[in-house]
Amino acid sequence: MGIAETKTARVEGWNRPPVVEADGEGELLEVAMGPHHPSTHGVFRMDVVLDGERVIKLKPVFGYLHRNHEKIAEKASYLASMPYTDRLDYFCSLSNNWAYALAVEKLAGQEVPERAEYLRVILAELTRVQNHASTIGFLLQEMGASGTPLMYAFREREKILDLFEGLTGSRMMCNYMRFGGCRVDPSAAWLEQTCKVVAGLPAFADEFERFLAENEILMARCQGVGVLKPELAVNAGVTGPMLRASGVNYDLRKVDHYGIYDRFKFRVPLGDHGDIYDRYMVRVLEIRESIGILEQALKEIPAGPVMDPKAKIRNFRPKAGEAYGRIEAPKGELGFYLISDGGPNPYRYRVRPPSLINLTVLEDMCLGSNVADVVLIFGSVDIVLGEVDR
Amino acid sequence: MKTAEEIKAAIEAAVPGAGVTVVPNPGLSGQHSLLLAQEHAVQAAEFLRDDEDLALDFLSNVTGVDWLDKEIAEKVRVTKPVTKTVDGVEQTVEETVEETRKRVEPGYLEAVYHLYSMAKKYGPVVIRMRTANRTDAVEMPSLTPVWRSGEFQEREVFDLFGIVFKGHPDLRRILMWDEFKDHPMRRDYVEPDDYEYEPTPHDEVLAKAKAHTEKQGTRE
Repeated sequence: MGIAETKTARVEGWNRPPVVEADGEGELLEVAMGPHHPSTHGVFRMDVVLDGERVIKLKPVFGYLHRNHEKIAEKASYLASMPYTDRLDYFCSLSNNWAYALAVEKLAGQEVPERAEYLRVILAELTRVQNHASTIGFLLQEMGASGTPLMYAFREREKILDLFEGLTGSRMMCNYMRFGGCRVDPSAAWLEQTCKVVAGLPAFADEFERFLAENEILMARCQGVGVLKPELAVNAGVTGPMLRASGVNYDLRKVDHYGIYDRFKFRVPLGDHGDIYDRYMVRVLEIRESIGILEQALKEIPAGPVMDPKAKIRNFRPKAGEAYGRIEAPKGELGFYLISDGGPNPYRYRVRPPSLINLTVLEDMCLGSNVADVVLIFGSVDIVLGEVDR
Repeated sequence: MKTAEEIKAAIEAAVPGAGVTVVPNPGLSGQHSLLLAQEHAVQAAEFLRDDEDLALDFLSNVTGVDWLDKEIAEKVRVTKPVTKTVDGVEQTVEETVEETRKRVEPGYLEAVYHLYSMAKKYGPVVIRMRTANRTDAVEMPSLTPVWRSGEFQEREVFDLFGIVFKGHPDLRRILMWDEFKDHPMRRDYVEPDDYEYEPTPHDEVLAKAKAHTEKQGTRE
């Protein structure tokens, strides 16, 4: 279906900004940005209608990476889907593991031991640090800072991935969490190494911020571009750093207190303007808050089992019922909705992908801006196509 | 946080004849849901969003569930006249016997919405809507005009389950391609016969190859 056939129907109450009109001079140009455009982070297409440089209409096109993850998971046992959740948002496999484990634990009424909760927090925050650093790196890359900031981010990310590899055996496809705990207990040497890496992170954040935050080009390209109003953000279900950059104080770690997040002291960074610069800045500040959480968690982590001894691994059949569990993943609210009919595999398995839902407002942010800014606005949303298309 | 019953009462007070039913969740999570009748679903949703006490401004998750036709076998005690031969004489005697009767409960498609309140920081409030059946009456009102968050998610439910959302501003397939015919997330979805030649088929592929060649009547 061509972009001309898509509708921008006027529906009452439909929260959409006014349609941008062409100025009537010259012809409109229809461009398919992607699916193999270097700025789309994978196979994603934006059908854009341009009037000169100005964006008149923009429709995202999904599905190039669709493999029906949900159907596959409904045909497999509960545990068999755990490694497959790694492949959703492959930058943050450990947060995906946690969200899925949390939903199943809600469904089955499973307890998690102390040490495993601390480990989950440590791993999730390390994931957040490396995800935000890479996102900023990619954003700068799209701005034309070819490679250098990204390599700074990746240098730090590599240290964190080495930690993941040391603990779980894999850099990206970690498959570490289980229903009722974690798979293996880290050695004392691993925890020591983690402390070392975390101790080096503030210097990295300082360096990154010094190079970038007051960079003139970055400010000129980002400030006041791609503004997202808080009312629209809430109504459109935008979550994560994007929502907080628009000034809405909603962090699931503070709201739901899932796991043991009520024990740590941290602040929730908020933006004022909801532009690209605020989204970038919120991520920088969140890295700092995550470092704070990591320091507290590494200091307090108790000894003990990492797996609830009563947890059932074989023949795992939760009681019939349903549960929705969600966590604050680095990209936004990652939720899993499960319906059990008492059998060994879920009757219904649903992933609430933050990447897909955050793209709802992509057109709203891009309308009327230049085509070069579309690349930046898209980059500031922070998506991974493995999760968008599932 | 208000219980499902309290929210039901609030909706029914604000939207007369809303037809809300509480669907209990037998599981351990305690997330009970509210089943909305289709006629007043949009008004009820608007009330949930705009009411100052409830303030459910954030629609987190929209998804579909496919419930197949259920065959229910019930044991019923029936008393009926039976002809018997007692002492060589044929008689009609009333006798109570246990019979298994089968009835088919028609299936339906269901859309599930998970609502949260960002203003009041509580949730989830789960609302559901059901279609009349799984074949020809698969429509239900769209809640996208109330919560924009449903735009892509309802499109996904339309694409993968085949629920037609009336009032959705741009209802197209989202993950499958436009020419695709079926709805792959339905429980009774059958994969297309898309066997490709493989020199040494084995296991499932062999079975697929066999079925394919039998259907075609030719050997590749």
